[in-house]
Amino acid sequence: MDDASFKPSRRLFLASGMATGGALVIGFGFDATAANDGATQLGDYVAIAPDGVVTIRAKNPEIGQGIKTTLPMLIAEEMDIAWEQVRIETAPADEKRFGAQFAGGSMSTPMNYEPMRRVGAATRAVLIEAAAAVLKKPAAELTVEAGVVHHKASRTKVSYGKLVAAAAKLKLPDPASVTLKPDSAFTIIGKSKGGYDSPKIVEGKPIFGIDVTVPGMKYAVFVKPPVYGAKLKSANIDVIKALKGITHVFTLQGYGDFHSLQDGVAIVADKWWYAKAARDQLEIVWDDAVGTPHDSATYAAKAKALAGTKGTPVASNGDVETALGKAAKKIEAWYEAPFLAHVPMEPQNCTAKVTADGVEIWAPTQAPAWGRPHVAKALGVPEDKITIHMIRCGGGFGRRLENDYMVEAAAIAQKAGVPVKLVWTREDDVAYDYFRPGNYHRLEAAIEGGKITAYKARAVTFGRDGKVAQGAGIGPHDFVPLVSPNYALEQHLIETLVPTGYLRAPSSNALGFVHECFLDEIAGAMGKDPFTLRQEIVEAAIANPVPVKSGERGPSYEPKRLKAVLETLRTRSGWDTAKSGNGIGYGVATYFSHRGYFAEVAKVKVDDDGNWKVLKVWVVGDVGRTIINPSAGANQVEGSVMDGIGEMMSEITFDKGRAVQSNFQDIPMIRMSQAPHVDVHFEISDNGPTGLGEPALPPVIPAVCNAIFAATGVRVRKLPLLPETLSKAARA
Amino acid sequence: MITLTVNGKAHTLDVPDDMPLLWALRDEVNLTGTKFGCGVAQCGACTVHVDGIATRACATPVGSLESGARVTTIEAIGTTAQGKALQKAWLEIDVMQCGYCQAGQIMSAAALLQATPKPTDDDIDAAMDGNLCRCATYKRIREAIKSAAGVALTDTREV
Repeated sequence: MDDASFKPSRRLFLASGMATGGALVIGFGFDATAANDGATQLGDYVAIAPDGVVTIRAKNPEIGQGIKTTLPMLIAEEMDIAWEQVRIETAPADEKRFGAQFAGGSMSTPMNYEPMRRVGAATRAVLIEAAAAVLKKPAAELTVEAGVVHHKASRTKVSYGKLVAAAAKLKLPDPASVTLKPDSAFTIIGKSKGGYDSPKIVEGKPIFGIDVTVPGMKYAVFVKPPVYGAKLKSANIDVIKALKGITHVFTLQGYGDFHSLQDGVAIVADKWWYAKAARDQLEIVWDDAVGTPHDSATYAAKAKALAGTKGTPVASNGDVETALGKAAKKIEAWYEAPFLAHVPMEPQNCTAKVTADGVEIWAPTQAPAWGRPHVAKALGVPEDKITIHMIRCGGGFGRRLENDYMVEAAAIAQKAGVPVKLVWTREDDVAYDYFRPGNYHRLEAAIEGGKITAYKARAVTFGRDGKVAQGAGIGPHDFVPLVSPNYALEQHLIETLVPTGYLRAPSSNALGFVHECFLDEIAGAMGKDPFTLRQEIVEAAIANPVPVKSGERGPSYEPKRLKAVLETLRTRSGWDTAKSGNGIGYGVATYFSHRGYFAEVAKVKVDDDGNWKVLKVWVVGDVGRTIINPSAGANQVEGSVMDGIGEMMSEITFDKGRAVQSNFQDIPMIRMSQAPHVDVHFEISDNGPTGLGEPALPPVIPAVCNAIFAATGVRVRKLPLLPETLSKAARA
Repeated sequence: MITLTVNGKAHTLDVPDDMPLLWALRDEVNLTGTKFGCGVAQCGACTVHVDGIATRACATPVGSLESGARVTTIEAIGTTAQGKALQKAWLEIDVMQCGYCQAGQIMSAAALLQATPKPTDDDIDAAMDGNLCRCATYKRIREAIKSAAGVALTDTREV
């Protein structure tokens, strides 16, 4: 069953993406950067050269999720060309022609799987029509192999390269009207293809945002307040202006939108190092009193106080209070997950050029269209005068959904009057992150007659201007309704001035930890195998579907998919013969997020000093009937698992509104020697393919925490998990 | 003024002594394959070879180098046998996600293979722990190093 909820966006795409671009454009290749001279463009996505080389545009930003390779695979498949014929270039950022162009929410696959195939099939259809005329044979008798159209009966053939001139005179059919291949005929989809840019990466070719150069370019740093919303009082700008290599020093003023330009000092130099060295001598006085109430200890105290009072209802069913009141057994727990930084490997950067004609931007961004209005506002330039080139991102993880650095580069280039490449330091990247917000949870469950009869979850997260802050949402999500017929989910907000945002598998990356660890505690209280309890919950949800009130994820949730995933995982992980104890432990967790059904078993080892290591993780996931690029898909899962484990090691804390941590020396990340063995298995189900950037991450954290309990008897209810905390708890 | 031999070619650089080699390579020699990740030798994205030794270019002031020091970067590592084998293995194993750290990974791996042509898993851990991969492609990096070294790909660490 394909997901009906995507149909509106598909229609939008076809209307805006193909109807305008569907008319043939004759006689030129893609923009000035066409890979092949003399190529003829058929629609917005495909250009074919006389030698048969097919250049395909990838419409979405590449952040390491492999979309630059995946989307052209879909077009190439339906065109019946050989992968070796394909060249790929990134499309211009132009949502009028290409529909939504963003990397987020693991949405690229479900939103584009069918539309991209339709682009390929429509292109094939017009080439067949041209071939029929050239070969003087009925279109129905023609077949295509590797970009060559054959008429088998007459043993005649003609290649796509020879047909483009004729095809360019025809009209591309409506992509909605063309017939797609059956899956059984796939020759590209489902076959591993190496990342298209990989050969350039291993040779150090300049393909990342930070590598962009434009003629006459200067380099910039931008120094913002270390506390969000602080005001600049004074700075020794004249001293900085006199330093070696410095060409411009000036202040910029923000306009109170935390997605956009903030107050700060720009230093522009001939080379980046001169700007950085000058910045080290910059003396700025900030009025940063606004940050004073915002520190981690205050947040924690507020959370404890708030958790004692009823919160805003988010979702509920049945009568939780009565069930809790009369239950024979009741358990409760307090969980905490910290603020986290994104820290993609490539520090934020952007290159911009501003002339009387308009603004040209080269940005490693996950969402160019979200940045454009901010650039327009900050610079006073109409949006249609802003050209954005999407450049490969050295990681995203949700950070590059924000385009603050894009606005800064453009504003600096405008004021300096020269093209500018802005490069942040790693310390800037941490200080000015849109952090994964911390969260606190008071959980209660009632157990009666071998069933969970009530589940109450009161979350304390963060708010901004009285609303739930970005990335601080708690649902309604699917776990809580599943776990018990009587449930209540409530939320309190602590107002924060710290910018927050979306970190890979937002909300789920913390909620998975909280609820799936508490479920392990419930299993313990029931005297049940935690794997079996999860399977019973899923069985109950299949037998008696519980209402899920609203939300993007709820309506499409199908417990039978998780059931199949759990059955396979139980076998693959050897759960029934796995022995925990003596510092070795196995733990299990599941989570449904971003349309992916994942369950994972972790095996950990803990020594007497509390040093913990994940030895192996078994992953089973259902993301539909097709894994478009199996090698890249498995890579996403392996990376998600290790990323999740890495998230258990670090935190960001605040002192008077400033992040205390600043670089990798105090933000530990997972490293080679800590990387576990990972066993990845895709459970194939008859559903439309969905994305893999995120859903494998949430279950790994609780699986590891539950394994640590199995190994040591210590419940992990607070992250990060430090060895000293663990050893102290184990001794207690 | 300092003269460095970068990828076999002499470059005379008129830069302050405290300019890190990373920025001299990127902005003066225009070799941008060497990446900026942290600036404090914590992530390894900037790894190059200086006289054959894996070196964090972000924390190496050019003034600390001997005149004529031989610097090898990712752009030329393919001219060495180990570097070429590693590049090929990186593609065959399909290591990359975002790819930003991989130049540094390959440079650290090349130094490892030059010193230890048949590395064990412990050797790989020791040589590669200074190189962060935020996408966490560690499993594949480990396999690619072994593939380039011509040893069995099996991960022999405790399971």
